[in-house]
Parts: sequence; C-alpha cells; structure tokens
Amino acid sequence: MNPIQLEAPFSEDKIRSLRVGDAVEITGVVYTGRDAVHKHLHEGGDLPPGIRLTEGMIYHCGPVVLTDGPSQWRVVAAGPTTSAREEPYQADIIRRFRLRGVIGKGGMGARTLVACKETGCAYFHAVGGAAQVLAERIRKVRNVYFEREFGSPEAIWEIEIERFPVVVTMDAHGDSLHQRVLDSSKALLAKYL
Amino acid sequence: MSGLKPSLVELIRRTSAEMPSDVQEAILGALEQEARGTIARSAMEIIERNIQMARHRSQPICQDTGSIHFYVDAPIGMDWPGFEEAAREAVMEATRKGHLRQNSVDPITGMNDGTNVGPGSPAVHLHAWRSPETQVRLLLKGGGCENVGAQYSLPVEGLKASRDLEGCRRAILDAVVQAQGKGCGPGVLGVCIGGDRATGYEHSKRQFLRLLSDRNPLPELDRLEQDVLRTANQLGIGPMGFGGKTTLLGVKIGALNRVPASYFVSVSYMCWAFRRQGVVLNPAGDIQEWLY
Ligand code: SF4
Repeated sequence: MNPIQLEAPFSEDKIRSLRVGDAVEITGVVYTGRDAVHKHLHEGGDLPPGIRLTEGMIYHCGPVVLTDGPSQWRVVAAGPTTSAREEPYQADIIRRFRLRGVIGKGGMGARTLVACKETGCAYFHAVGGAAQVLAERIRKVRNVYFEREFGSPEAIWEIEIERFPVVVTMDAHGDSLHQRVLDSSKALLAKYL
Repeated sequence: MSGLKPSLVELIRRTSAEMPSDVQEAILGALEQEARGTIARSAMEIIERNIQMARHRSQPICQDTGSIHFYVDAPIGMDWPGFEEAAREAVMEATRKGHLRQNSVDPITGMNDGTNVGPGSPAVHLHAWRSPETQVRLLLKGGGCENVGAQYSLPVEGLKASRDLEGCRRAILDAVVQAQGKGCGPGVLGVCIGGDRATGYEHSKRQFLRLLSDRNPLPELDRLEQDVLRTANQLGIGPMGFGGKTTLLGVKIGALNRVPASYFVSVSYMCWAFRRQGVVLNPAGDIQEWLY
C-alpha cells in the first residue's frame, strides 16, 4: 500500500481530499501539545511569540527529549498519547487556530468531529506505543516553548517530521472510523452472544 | 546478595527494551493474519519494526514504561526488606540510565520527582516458598491500557450477565468492545473471576505472568479462554481499532473464591507492548537463567 504524501503547507483543499481509512505520511513542521497546553489555550491563553499554529497541526505527544547543548535536542521516544483527554478543549482550539490536523491515538469524540468538518481539519491516528519508529521520523527539533512552565513532556515542542506514518480516522466530512468500528463490533457481538 | 541490584537493573533494562519471545511470536502471527495493503497490516508492520529497533538500540519499546511490578518467589529466610530496598535502588538507577521514563507522579501535589520511587512504586509482591530457588518476575504495565480495564459486579442486567460462566463471558466480551483499540491493541486480557475488588484486579494482572502459549489446566476456564479469544477476533476491531482480524493476542483467566454476596469479574488489558521478563537468581543475587 502506498501511503498518500501530505506535505506542508497543509491547505484546506489537501485536508478535504482525505477520507477515513487513508494511510498518510506527513512531512512538515508540527507542534506537540498535551493536557497543559490544551487547557491553557482553551482558557484563552496566548501562544508564545514564534509559534505559527494557525492552519497547522498539533501532535498529542509527550516526547522523551535529551538536550545535547544550547538549542540542540535529540528525541529518544515520541509515540502518541491518548487524545480523548483533550476532547473538552479540542473543538475550540481547532476553530480558534483553523487547525488542519490533530495527530494522536485512540480517536476523539463528536464535538471534535463537528469542528473538523466545519473547519477543514482531520484527525490522524499514529500507532500507539511505536516510540522508536516514530522518533526516527522526527528529523529535527526546532524549538521548545513553555518548558519551564509545564515541564518537558507537557511543553510545546516544535518539530520537523518527515514521512510520519498515520491513518486518517476522522475526516473533514464528518466520518469517523472509530464510530464505524464501534457500531459494527457491537452489532457483531450481539450476534455471537 | 551483593549481585542483587545490578541483576535487577539488567532485568529492568531487558524488560523495557526486549519483547519476550512468546509475545513476539504472537505478534508475528497476527501480522501474517492481516491482509496485505490494509491499514491493519501496516500498523502491525510498524509495531514489528518498533520491537526490532528497541531491542537493537536497547531503548524502551514504548515511551510509557508503565507501572512497575516485581513478583518475587524466594526461600524462607530471605531478607525481604533488603530486597525491597534493592528494588527501589535498581528502579532509580534504571531511570537515570533511561531504561524507564520519569513516570511516577504524586497524585496530591502533581509533582514528579523523576526517580520513579514513591508510595506504591515499584510495587513488590513477595511470596515465600519452600524451594531453595529465588525467582523474580517483572511486569511493566502501560497506562493507556490500564485505563481500559474494567470490573463487573455480576449480575449485570444490561448485559444479561448472570452469575455463571456464561455471564462472565458476556462481561469479558463487553470489556473488549468498550476498549476498542484504545488500549493499543492487539492486546492480551488478564481476567479474574471471583475474589474481591482488590484481589480480583491483582489476580487478573498476575495472569500476565503466564506464557501466551500455555493452556489453562482447568477445563472450564480453558474453554472460556479459547471462546473469548475466538469471539473477540471475530468482532473486526483489529490493531489500534483500525478494523482487522486480530483484536486480541491472548486471553488468560484465573479464579479466586468469592463470598456468597459478591461475584466480580475483573479484566485487565495489556497492550501489544507486553513487557514482562523474569530471572532465576543464585544465592549471590546473580542472574542464573532467564524465565521467558
Ligand atoms: S498502552 Fe501500552 S503501547 Fe500504548 S502508549 Fe501505553 S504503554 Fe505504550
């Protein structure tokens, strides 16, 4: 299977052309963000200067990063973390920054799905636990923000990813693979009980 | 036991970086099951490559190195406080060396002191036996998969689960459907029928010490294990919940006596990053043999 190559800039057209079940490899700059960042932005907090999140992507990830020197970092492990925790915040943040993509694992809920459809954003599922393979696709750490305030795993890491392997599990047309699989597995189970 | 601490550090390193061979085999089998060109297959290929890379680089398979459980069987006369001390020191050293992520948080203050040592961490389960041998097993239990564990108090009307083995089957399969791919499937279920709320979960985790390839000596439980495994793999949840053939790699069920008033079914979910190892130690504390 040849994955679809998705390269920055992440235009609305490119995102709207993707459908649930598409295997995609993403190349470009993305920002990590977990609970602390989502809460901060949701409460109306500002981004530090230098971050260009508008029409960009957030990666739900708390990487293990080693510091080799001033502004020199090395990512040791960088798998996705559970996205569902950001469900209370995500829809607002997608609208506020016209986000084009959210990368994570486990999928998200109905409010995020609606915001994706409205805004032209997709949810990209990375393989949970694949810390080594995914770290290898991070070509460069460009910067870190909020490290002092939130601690290293919760900070915003600005990273360059190259051919980062993901699957579209929620698209910009209101379709969710998570909902589909949940519904069909429930129906099958009813048959086998 | 002067060799104890370095042996435990090596046990932690190997557990974090190297998949035990029975799990590795199950993952390869699951990969072959998935049709070429599907997203389920590519997820399994990424998992397989990740396992190789971690072993090769001696780095954690997953960045969540989980909660730390030591299971110790040792002869009467063992210095238990000394063992627990050595376990804590080994965890601190393994954390400094990067075999474990700084993963242990004080729930009240939210502080993470970066040592992985504190109340309940590491958890050390001690058991004295009459054998002269000392065996130490280690389980690193991820958080994402721990979150999808479930405990049922039978009967459960909505599931039509009554207090019998059929009721247990319904409860366990409900847990599989609720979990979907959120526990980083394909995973393994550890189940305890009976016990109380605490011992039930404890015993369900202990099932993960069994080899995936073993068979339950109790015919009723063996049948239930095979049935749940077969049925779960017909639900089409698949790796990561992407849809596909392998939803579970294994099901292991134990039982504890219950009091007449209670009937618990406790289900623990272990992600594909199933990290367990074990060693036999000689009287000096050196590693004599690997158990998995
Ligand atoms: S559930 Fe397992 S594989 Fe997934 S992130 Fe947690 S520890 Fe890693």
